[in-house]
Amino acid sequence: MSASSSTDLNLTLKIWRQPSAAAAGQFKTYELRGVSPDVSFLEMLDQLNEQLIAKGEEPVAFDHDCREGICGTCGVMINGQAHGPDNETTTCQLHMRRFQNGDLIVIEPWRANAFPVVRDLVVNRSAFDRIIQAGGYVSVNTGGAPDGNAIPVPRHQQEAAMDAAACIGCGACVASCKNASAMLFVSAKVSQMANLPQGLAERSQRVLGMVAQMDKEGFGGCSVTEECEAACPAGIKLTNIALMNREYMRAALTATE
Amino acid sequence: MSTVAISEKELDGRCPTGPIAERWDRRKRELKLVNPANKRKYTVIVVGTGLAGGSAAASLAELGYKVLSFCLQDTPRRAHSIAAQGGINAAKNYQNDGDSVWRLFYDTVKGGDYRSRESNVYRLAEASRNIIDQCVAQGVPFAREYGGSLANRSFGGAQVSRTFYCRGQTGQQLLLGAYQAMMRQVAAGGVKCFARKEMVDLVVIDGNARGIITRDLVTGKFESFAADAVLLCTGGYGNAYYLSTMAKTCNVTAAWRAHKRGALFANPCYTQIHPTCIPVSGDHQSKLTLMSESLRNDGRVWVPKKQHDHRRPGEIPEEERDYYLERRYPSYGNLAPRDISSRAAKERCDAGFGVGQSGMSVYLDFAAAIQRDGEATIRAKYGNLFHMYERITAENPYQDPMRIYPAVHYTMGGLWVDYHLQSNVPGLYVLGEANFSDHGANRLGASALMQGLADGYFVVPYTVGDHFATSKQEKVTTDHPEFRGALEASQQRVKTLLGVNGRRSVDQFHRALGKIMWDHVGMARNEAGLKEAVQQIRQLRDDFWKDVKVVGSGEAFNQNLEHAGRVADFMEFSELLATDALYRDESCGGHFREEHQTEEGECQRNDDDFCHVAAWEFKGVGAAPVLHKEPLEFEEVPLATRSYK
Repeated sequence: MSASSSTDLNLTLKIWRQPSAAAAGQFKTYELRGVSPDVSFLEMLDQLNEQLIAKGEEPVAFDHDCREGICGTCGVMINGQAHGPDNETTTCQLHMRRFQNGDLIVIEPWRANAFPVVRDLVVNRSAFDRIIQAGGYVSVNTGGAPDGNAIPVPRHQQEAAMDAAACIGCGACVASCKNASAMLFVSAKVSQMANLPQGLAERSQRVLGMVAQMDKEGFGGCSVTEECEAACPAGIKLTNIALMNREYMRAALTATE
Repeated sequence: MSTVAISEKELDGRCPTGPIAERWDRRKRELKLVNPANKRKYTVIVVGTGLAGGSAAASLAELGYKVLSFCLQDTPRRAHSIAAQGGINAAKNYQNDGDSVWRLFYDTVKGGDYRSRESNVYRLAEASRNIIDQCVAQGVPFAREYGGSLANRSFGGAQVSRTFYCRGQTGQQLLLGAYQAMMRQVAAGGVKCFARKEMVDLVVIDGNARGIITRDLVTGKFESFAADAVLLCTGGYGNAYYLSTMAKTCNVTAAWRAHKRGALFANPCYTQIHPTCIPVSGDHQSKLTLMSESLRNDGRVWVPKKQHDHRRPGEIPEEERDYYLERRYPSYGNLAPRDISSRAAKERCDAGFGVGQSGMSVYLDFAAAIQRDGEATIRAKYGNLFHMYERITAENPYQDPMRIYPAVHYTMGGLWVDYHLQSNVPGLYVLGEANFSDHGANRLGASALMQGLADGYFVVPYTVGDHFATSKQEKVTTDHPEFRGALEASQQRVKTLLGVNGRRSVDQFHRALGKIMWDHVGMARNEAGLKEAVQQIRQLRDDFWKDVKVVGSGEAFNQNLEHAGRVADFMEFSELLATDALYRDESCGGHFREEHQTEEGECQRNDDDFCHVAAWEFKGVGAAPVLHKEPLEFEEVPLATRSYK
């Protein structure tokens, strides 16, 4: 389908360009013609980059990897929406049939103090790793675990844990929040573990440790605007934040460790 | 057959002997230990943070070793293990359906078409049970029955239900389990984590692997890291085909660099073409997407009985449909192994029975399952996969059957390792998909996760210690001339890539390579085509170094340059893959040589001449590699023609 067809889109792209973390950034505008509606958003950017390379210009840097919506690497603001207009859809799974011929598309990186820009649309999300290091695990060494069926987990609890565990760590929740809060991300892990018997031994230090690290990284607080839930490509629910608040309160008032 | 230089000396896999069920226990008794206080004196480099790398890094740090972990992604939670959908096998026999360690072992040896090592496979089947226990203890939310016990589903090539799963995202949950275990060790100080650093060379000193050279992908800076052992957990090489189900950054660079430093590359021609992927739809496509094999639990594969039948699927009555897997393989039906199901799809499409605009796809139909169990049940089992299918194709699989076609998915070949997972270069260990050892010529579904975690949690923590205890190496630092030489060579390579300043983009070269590989080294191979492929790859490689255009600087975040380095390695590696396919003058598993098939189109092995591992030694770019053979012996599962009829 290299020959352009009548359904192909001609687009104006306004893209954030920033050579490095230290350099100042600015929007640059590009015209891109002949985009098939069947390609993904990232394939549209690939197409732009091939054109830039042909002209000897530097391509637009953007993070991506699996391109099937699970690795959590990709993610940009598309016309002000994290991952673009589709519900529960990562940038890599968004397809250009969602756009109209002649559209102007504004593309920006995640914006948050805790996610400094690396280059163009690429940001540094290592703050999430440090939050997990502060307690997002069960302290069990390899070897010596009891038989899997020795720890029965009622199905509804396992389902609730799995709903929360589905978080892909992309950072859309932070990017879409006016406070740049990471509460949805943190609460998803707290909630997964709080729903499982394996997680209960450390439930207090986990929530206290993760929340303290979250604050230290410079993420903002939650003012319940629910943007995070709307932007989340993995369907993580706001109720996890309520659960985390309860866990935090319980730990703060009763923890003896 | 082409003539190849063959080493006189047979490779020794260091497998234990004696009754197979006792071999691993016996070897563990023989392995030397490092006392707890001494472990902290040893540094281990782990390259890659998928299931193998993450589990190894966490487990080694728990033991007390100093671990340096590297990944090229922005965080260790992204590696492509995360995309594994369907599940992980384990011989738990929770279903009381006759499963056992021996049966999983048998299924895996047979599934691999008798080209794997029996000792390794048996150990893998044993470890499978511990993996489930370990992951449950970590809080991996495996699917449960209402009573709270673990649930199972079925996968291809097995007649028991032994696959554990977390909806359609088992790989994600297992990887996060390993990642969290590793993050716990980062907090405890046992693991130092280096994200966005790509290994670009292996440093070998006095014959031992002693470190790596990395390029920082943010700053472009080259750095040296010294250690007492290096573990490569760097995945497979399927992106040599350009279009595959692999993530875009999956590459062969780390393995290939190790190969160029002396590590043997085994069975590179064993590539897995997965039968159920979303078909290719246009020139702009950058990758292919898998639809989990678990779908074949409920989906039925069919094509019209009439050639070039352009009616909509719903308009084709039952009696005019050919459920060709059920027809050809009645005992396994839609759960025939991957290699067999893929070839069967290709056969139907090549014969003109394919569906869709291109005629290069077949139906995977859920109508019967939806009618039997209701749409809600099917949605609960596969909702995320159906959603993904709809997003990509804009077709609703609840109403119309999915259209699928085979695509490159996994690579069984990899760096040669012995029973300890050590390559022929002492101190260099290779884990997970990056090694060659356990799947033979075809991997069964839900076994990749099993192998990655077995290697990392339960094998290498024992065997690395033995290396330290027995080899007694002097400490080295990065001031050693071998480090300096390797670092300078890596810097020079980047300069060369940036200096070509040609006319064709890296992506154009990568696509061109992929086309050669798919056309001649894909699902069906023959002598003439493979010889043609070798010539075309050489030509393309020459063109690449004369005409590639890489923009930007080497001292900055430059994805174009990263890609160029990886494609340059694929250009060299692909020639070895085609050479191996040419050498292996038989059909086995995923390696199908058209010259060797039965009347029914099944693989015809040649056990007299090819019942061995083909491990290749690097002799220079474009120079003929030297073949080292490791004979394979089948004592427990006698060689037989594989049948799923």
